[in-house]
Amino acid sequence: MLMHLPVLVVLAPLLGAPVVALMRGSTWPWVLSTLLSWFSLLCAVLLLVQVQSQGLVIYTMGGWEAPWGIEYRIDFANALLLVLITGLASVVLPYARLSVEQEVGTERAPMFYAALLLLTLGLCGITATGDAFNIFVFLEISSLATYTLIAMGRDRRALTASFSYLIMGTIGATFYLIGIGFLYVMTGTLNLADLAGRLPAINESSTVRTAFAFIVTGICLKLALFPLHLWLPNAYTYSPSAVTALLGATATKVAVYVLVRFVFTVFGIDFSFGMEPLAEVLIPLAVIGLLSASTVSITQPNIKRMLAYSSVAQIGYIVLGIAMGTAMGLTAALLHVFNHGLIKGALFMVLGAVMYRMGGTSLSDMQGLAKTMPLTFWAFVIGGLSLIGVPLTVGFVSKWHLILAAIELGWWPIVIAILVGSMLAVVYVGRVIEAGFFGEAKDPTRREAPAGLLIPVWILIFANIYFGIDTRLTVDIAEAAAAQLMAGGIVR
Amino acid sequence: MSGLGVWNYLIIIFLMMTGFYMVISSSNLIKKLIGLNVFQTSVFFLYISFGYIEGSAGPVYVEGVDLYSNPLTHVLILTAIVVGVATISVGLALIIRIKESFGTIEEDDLHKMDSSL
Repeated sequence: MLMHLPVLVVLAPLLGAPVVALMRGSTWPWVLSTLLSWFSLLCAVLLLVQVQSQGLVIYTMGGWEAPWGIEYRIDFANALLLVLITGLASVVLPYARLSVEQEVGTERAPMFYAALLLLTLGLCGITATGDAFNIFVFLEISSLATYTLIAMGRDRRALTASFSYLIMGTIGATFYLIGIGFLYVMTGTLNLADLAGRLPAINESSTVRTAFAFIVTGICLKLALFPLHLWLPNAYTYSPSAVTALLGATATKVAVYVLVRFVFTVFGIDFSFGMEPLAEVLIPLAVIGLLSASTVSITQPNIKRMLAYSSVAQIGYIVLGIAMGTAMGLTAALLHVFNHGLIKGALFMVLGAVMYRMGGTSLSDMQGLAKTMPLTFWAFVIGGLSLIGVPLTVGFVSKWHLILAAIELGWWPIVIAILVGSMLAVVYVGRVIEAGFFGEAKDPTRREAPAGLLIPVWILIFANIYFGIDTRLTVDIAEAAAAQLMAGGIVR
Repeated sequence: MSGLGVWNYLIIIFLMMTGFYMVISSSNLIKKLIGLNVFQTSVFFLYISFGYIEGSAGPVYVEGVDLYSNPLTHVLILTAIVVGVATISVGLALIIRIKESFGTIEEDDLHKMDSSL
């Protein structure tokens, strides 16, 4: 059983999804998918423990040795991501029940849970696999599930949001496919570790450089790097609350992981940063993205949309860390991937609770929340502080590491940009908190959100504080992952 | 290079750009989706061209044939075709629902209706 952990993480939601889709009502599909997500989380945690003792876990599909067969290759970076994905799924699914009954309806609930499981499966698959084409297939599985989930939103604009994501997502995935094709022609292999071994010899070839450009552009579309982020704000704003929480916390992060995997493992630092102008392209985009998206989010009347723009800004921080091309920058990026997942998951779930009671997530719905829904409101305050990066929260840990990495390189303008971005976050989080504290409640008779929503929210909020105080676990894993990635692809 | 030579690649690039241009320039959602499909199909052709080795036979074992074209790219593309079909059908399903709830599938009209909400 322990031997099969890498595949069990992916297999549990894959086998569960069709069963869930065939069920009726909303209770049993919910129970089954929640149990499956907990099972996946258990596998992912055990896998992380295994990786910590062995350094690398390899699983060959059907016993076919790579590069002939497909292998799952788990090191620190993907083990951390798997824990994040399955962890968020295990918190969002219990939460989904009430929220889905209200926003999606009992009729469509089984399909909803099936799509949510498929999304989890796709994201875990991308993370676990060691095969470039397999990544494409899982990418499309998760994307197709995402399109249907977004379209289940109540607002009819969810449909147009989903359609434009479908167009952009498919173009991104097809770009990735073209890049993989070029690499296959040059090397005759699709296995990531094998590619990493063969590419240095043919670095000079223009086909390889074209492949690099296609792959990076395609993935940047999926991870919503400025200016390729246009699909994101609408998609996050109009999808059901539980979907936004899971997407906001995990989907773009997995794309970040694929970027890291290709830049550092497959192509290698010497090629990506030495021969190709990756840093020169990514750093300006990341900085403009984090400053402009933070500024735009200040003016948003809808808080869900505000947080969506804030997600674009946070992607800017993460890409900045990657573009530094140093072990410290990469550590900061991976830390922020994990920590931002916890922050945004919690905040979007808080908004789901507001949606449940108030029927909307605009600033006027948040007025006077401190009196009517104190627990929900305080969850937002703590999550918001974590988003800003106040000490004792996870947001501080990753921003601190990012600033240290920038100082190590002597990039003072970047340090200033990061600080300005945090100041902007103070403004946009602050105005919500102000409205909650000092605003007049529209309807003072509204009560606190039910426990079914509050307990998952507070679990994530506690995770925000816990990993903000006890940083050993996350920082150690992120550092080990960065060391493995910097050492190049062939980690034996 | 005799036979097809680089011609198939030129055709692929032409198809790819045609599809991409349709996606960007069309206002009608169905036309956008057709463009997307052309764009994806050009990539399928690209992969199939990759697999061909000059003078090779199809990848079926026959006495007296030594050189086969690479079947792996064909297999990959079978998977990609399935993915493409799924994407297009989800897209069409979305268009039907957009038509039902907005009454139009012209992007310009949709933008106007969106901003008035």
